[in-house]
Amino acid sequence: MEKTTASLEESDVSIYASDEINTRLTTDEKIDFYRQMLRIRHFEDRSLHSYQQGKIAGFLHLYSGQEAIAVGTVSLMGKEDQLITAYRDHGFALALDMGMNECMAELYGKITGCSKGKGGSMHFFAPDKNFWGGHGIVAGQVPLGAGIAFALKYQKIKGCCLCFLGDGATNQGSFYETLNLASLWDLPVVFVIENNGYSMGTKIERHSIGRPLARRAETVDMDWDMCNGHHLYEVRTKIAAVMKRAQTENRPTLLEISTYRYRGHSVSDTGLSYRKKSEIEEYRETKDPITLFYNQLEKEGLIDEKAAKNIDKITHKEAEDAAKFADYSPYPTTEELTRDVYWEEDHPESNTSKGTIFFE
Amino acid sequence: MPKLSDTQTVGTLISWLKKTGEKVEKGEIIAEVETDKATMELESFVAGVLITQYVNEGDEVEIGAPICAIGKTGEKPRSPDKRSPLRNVEPDPGFLTGSRQDTEAPISIDVTPTPLAEKSVPGDRIKASPLARKIATEEGIPLETISGTGPDGRVVKADVIAAMEKGTTESRLSITPPKKSSAGIPIADETSVPVSNMREIIAKRLLESKKTIPHYYLDIEINATPLLEVRASLNKSLNDLPPDRGGIKLTINDFFLKACAKAMHQVPAVNVSWMGKSIQQHSGVHIAVAIAVEDGLVTPVVRDVHLKSLSEISTEVKTLAVKAKNKKLSPNELTGSTITTTNLGMFGISSFHAIINPPNSAILSVGAIVKKPIVDDDDNIIVGQCMTVGFSGDHRSVDGALGAEYLSALKAILETPALMLI
Amino acid sequence: MPVIYYRDALNAALDEEMIRDDRVFIMGEEVAEYNGAYKVTKGLLDKFGSQRMLDTPISESAFSGLGIGASMMGLRPVIEFMFWSFTYVAFDQIFNNAANIRYMSGGLVNVPIVIRGPANGGTGVGATHSHTPENYAASTPGIKVVCPVTPYDAKGLLKTAIRDNDPVCVMENTLLYGMTGEVPDEEYLIPLGKADIKKEGLDITFIAHGRAVLTCLKAAEILEAEYEIDAEVVDLRSLRPLDEETICDSVKKTNRVVLVEENKPYCGTDAQIAYIIQDKAFDYLDAPIKRISAVDAPQIYSPVLEKEQIPYPQRVVQTALSIL
Repeated sequence: MEKTTASLEESDVSIYASDEINTRLTTDEKIDFYRQMLRIRHFEDRSLHSYQQGKIAGFLHLYSGQEAIAVGTVSLMGKEDQLITAYRDHGFALALDMGMNECMAELYGKITGCSKGKGGSMHFFAPDKNFWGGHGIVAGQVPLGAGIAFALKYQKIKGCCLCFLGDGATNQGSFYETLNLASLWDLPVVFVIENNGYSMGTKIERHSIGRPLARRAETVDMDWDMCNGHHLYEVRTKIAAVMKRAQTENRPTLLEISTYRYRGHSVSDTGLSYRKKSEIEEYRETKDPITLFYNQLEKEGLIDEKAAKNIDKITHKEAEDAAKFADYSPYPTTEELTRDVYWEEDHPESNTSKGTIFFE
Repeated sequence: MPKLSDTQTVGTLISWLKKTGEKVEKGEIIAEVETDKATMELESFVAGVLITQYVNEGDEVEIGAPICAIGKTGEKPRSPDKRSPLRNVEPDPGFLTGSRQDTEAPISIDVTPTPLAEKSVPGDRIKASPLARKIATEEGIPLETISGTGPDGRVVKADVIAAMEKGTTESRLSITPPKKSSAGIPIADETSVPVSNMREIIAKRLLESKKTIPHYYLDIEINATPLLEVRASLNKSLNDLPPDRGGIKLTINDFFLKACAKAMHQVPAVNVSWMGKSIQQHSGVHIAVAIAVEDGLVTPVVRDVHLKSLSEISTEVKTLAVKAKNKKLSPNELTGSTITTTNLGMFGISSFHAIINPPNSAILSVGAIVKKPIVDDDDNIIVGQCMTVGFSGDHRSVDGALGAEYLSALKAILETPALMLI
Repeated sequence: MPVIYYRDALNAALDEEMIRDDRVFIMGEEVAEYNGAYKVTKGLLDKFGSQRMLDTPISESAFSGLGIGASMMGLRPVIEFMFWSFTYVAFDQIFNNAANIRYMSGGLVNVPIVIRGPANGGTGVGATHSHTPENYAASTPGIKVVCPVTPYDAKGLLKTAIRDNDPVCVMENTLLYGMTGEVPDEEYLIPLGKADIKKEGLDITFIAHGRAVLTCLKAAEILEAEYEIDAEVVDLRSLRPLDEETICDSVKKTNRVVLVEENKPYCGTDAQIAYIIQDKAFDYLDAPIKRISAVDAPQIYSPVLEKEQIPYPQRVVQTALSIL
């Protein structure tokens, strides 16, 4: 009875809605979650538009449909908790409160971008917000995530590292190696699989055996769990639990979250050659995280159409303004090509090395 | 037309899913578009009414070209901005296109490209280490004068040092230079005259000719009496006529050129160029005529001499000479020769051998016509008018016997000028 | 001055730096309890404990990535690879992540790690264990590479590498671990990017890195004894950054140069050095630049043949004579 999303029973939201982790939220906080999800949605739409206008080059992996995961997770992060993900990183960046301006400018390759235009879509970073990227090679970030957790433990800091990856990434060697290492060394890391049912154009039945994917943790005596990713409350409940385990017990967890992406893997992928339109529509109609959360808040009597429309307008404008900002921003100068390569070169006052470091 | 993949440059509108006048919601699909990777659905990012379609089904357009206008009902869309909004940042091309200013028109003395020189013929390129070159330049010792002891005859530093020491030794052994005379005017000012373009080209071309072409030399003595008689008689008739009625003054050289071309009919194998792996036989005779000019020599070309009349040749040579002296020869007029002639007879030179003008295989040198005793057919000694014609041949393409054959034919024609009429 | 083993010089460097900065820790296979496959980390577990001396499973990709992640957060790991050949399974982590993260983040994130281990053939361990990837490392912007030959250089360079805020690859040599040399007790550092003239000379220059430096010194001895030729031997020590000045000054002095490396020829380190010399010292060359690399085949097992495969002194001598 394999569905393209994980074979879970349909979530009973009421369980999660009544969980303490959610009941303690204030109205403002809840409305803000709604705004944050819309913010991501509008940013992704606007960047797709810009890409089609030829203003963004290379890859663009859009998060549309998965918003609840980023917003839900980030809402639980404390001062010492860290986050790292793969290339579908805009959602996390924005949820961590990076500015739309600097993110859009980065997509446009401008000097005002968060990575000065040097990284692009897949490489947003914000260490001051505990965000460690944005990584292009599938599962390349997984060992890094373990390293971040290791550093927390080494320095006796009470915190965890949330390390996100996709369903396809679970088949990379580095993933297995890291699972073993994290469990063996008791690292405070949470590995979260955002299972959107497809590894690029290959649906999960054709790329992985031994479902659910999270069960792979069993081989290394690691805890694992699963949940759906379309209800914000559910995401919060599950993530909170695994974060706690990491922070207080120094034990890692492998959490698999079922979700869906509306767009193709990247912009050049229509997303339609390997799945039916009806499937996308079905998700949009029944499981869209923003719609569902609106319904939930409406049920709680905290929001109405007028307010929603207003938030929509504001977030839409924020995205439009970001596009304008990016448009008007200048590109990096030629000198920037060889800046930020070496710390030493960029800090000549502390440079002890001699010799030539850039060649012609 | 949107950019839908990282490698796309054009897109084709496959089908419209919305008609003109239809309402469009944000996010609705309005058309299907084909890219280099796939057929994709075109999503509208705005809500409104589809006012105008600019592109028809099946049209292929560039990325960035407008395909439709969506707005409010009744709104007049502004004319599509033809300029593609595509933002492909090209690096500033300014540094790629250097602005080369030609300081002066290149002076060429037959700039027909030399046929490919054979590989590593010893002596056709000086092998020297960078260090040796540097020292030789600094010390003012021409590399050609240094023999190399390195591999393949490479000149190395030690060789340059040795040459320097030899030079010093020799000058030590030489007679002490005579004291400068206190009285007396020098023949010229002791100055260093920079080499002009023309001089440089002459030097380069002739040096290369001498170094790469195995010259051999032939002489033949022409009885110029019949020629002188014909010239005198023709000039008498033509001299008084105005130029537009055929008036002209013929020179010996004009006859010579005509005879050269005529002789080529009999021995066309001299009218060739050495190409390395082949010999190019030329179909026409184009003669370069050496003309002395102010600080050197130019060799303008009279084309198709074999087809021209004596007077045509004469006129053309005169015209070219004037142009040469006024530095008004065009590159066309300086290229394409198949043989060259040069004449120093006006200076009293009895005979000489010139240097072949590549890619010719021969050069003819005309000396002065000199009165001297000759032996006629009846074994009598009479006064003859003798003109010595020198022939320098490229032994790669024209063997001695061939050169001789040609000279023989030339002599026959010059000594029986009527043959030029045929 | 004390005379110690190369491996002990490295040990002293690690020891001193771990005392100096408690963000420094060591990770690798067999580094702790086994005291290191080549005993470079001997005694450090006892001294610093298992928090800072970590034995890893055989997961090069994971533990090098872990080290990189930890360094992003400010720690200063020293990652030992039992052989540099084993970095190939961690290629992505080192040459994608460590090299690029600073750049891709626009300078926001740094990777102050040291990756060290032996990069050499000559021990009959065959094609898969004998790699010398200093050329791959040096060709990667974002990475620094050092190749110490003597115990003195090993200690000074490793200490500097650990203090360096950029990723530094240290290429050691199993055949050098047991060599001895003078190393002072007092602390010293050797800056990166500075070559060292191991022997001065006037007639010809040998330029090398790693164990090939010793090969050149032997060749210089032979040339002196049998041909009265005075060779200069330049030890690059640091490949990136590179001391172009010392290289060119030496060529300008002697006008003849032989480059010697244990890399394979195609795009080996010396290909870059040769380019630099002909570009910057062109007019000082009295002969073509000569170069000796390892014979262009996978590293052979057979010990006698392997000796031929790696540059040896007689070969250097013959090549030198050919341009003198």
